[in-house]
Amino acid sequence: MSHRRLSPHQYLILAFVSVSAPLGDACLSQGMTHLPPISLAHPLSLIGAVFTPWIALGIALLIGFFATYLTALSWADLTYVLPATAFGNMIVELLARFALHETISWQRWLGVVLITVGVGFVAHGPSLTERPVALEAPSIDKELESSTFAQTLEAAAQLKEETTR
Amino acid sequence: MMNSAPTPGFWAAAAMIAAIVLASSTGEVLTAAAMQSIGDLDEIRAHSGMKGAIRAVVTCPLFFAGVGFLALAFFSLLFALNHMNLSLVAPASASLTLVVNAILAKFFLHENVDKRRWTAAILVCIGVYFLAH
Repeated sequence: MSHRRLSPHQYLILAFVSVSAPLGDACLSQGMTHLPPISLAHPLSLIGAVFTPWIALGIALLIGFFATYLTALSWADLTYVLPATAFGNMIVELLARFALHETISWQRWLGVVLITVGVGFVAHGPSLTERPVALEAPSIDKELESSTFAQTLEAAAQLKEETTR
Repeated sequence: MMNSAPTPGFWAAAAMIAAIVLASSTGEVLTAAAMQSIGDLDEIRAHSGMKGAIRAVVTCPLFFAGVGFLALAFFSLLFALNHMNLSLVAPASASLTLVVNAILAKFFLHENVDKRRWTAAILVCIGVYFLAH
């Protein structure tokens, strides 16, 4: 495994990944609970739901999440990035407690602690699996080799001739 | 208008969550495989600019397969949220997706899912379960 450390810019991307997903989900939930029940017989009503304000806001946040998530996946493993997304649930919980003054049960605090420890485990490890680089010797075309060798000899002979003149 | 749908039974709820987990895990593994094949987007952007980075992503067929499954997961999530609370759907699907992804990443992406990552996946999974209560 590669032991390279992430840059502050990359940690910032992971932070956005973790916050935007739960906030987007919360907006979707707010929008969907205010809609009449949707049955499997009328699946197209799900498309109409996309244009309601809460769901549109949720989708905007999830698009931001997806863009940063793709960036993170280009330099880190899936099993490194995913626990970071769960870290967002903890941030939402802390916001609910300290900004919205909601009461948080001991089970939720236990959940917060377990997620923090879990994310800490992954964050202290390497971010990317080291892939073996193929070190195959390039196949040499004998005909090409001999022709190149012949060309070199010819050029050397020409140069020698020019210098002797 | 508030949603007054009856709460679904155990099997209906399990089927909705399973649909989200399967579609989401498949989509995430395909997307991760696409991004691994493309390489570091920050480096591509530094060399070819934002247009080059976008072109590298949108010309990868694996990416579109992944997005297709993620779209399926999104509409499964919308459907489930219409019938169940976020406090049940989000943690249940997130925690199960995490474990399924760790298994798929090991076998399909050949990631080195060592003891540290398995422990983290299980701790986060239990943690998300507790957050739902």
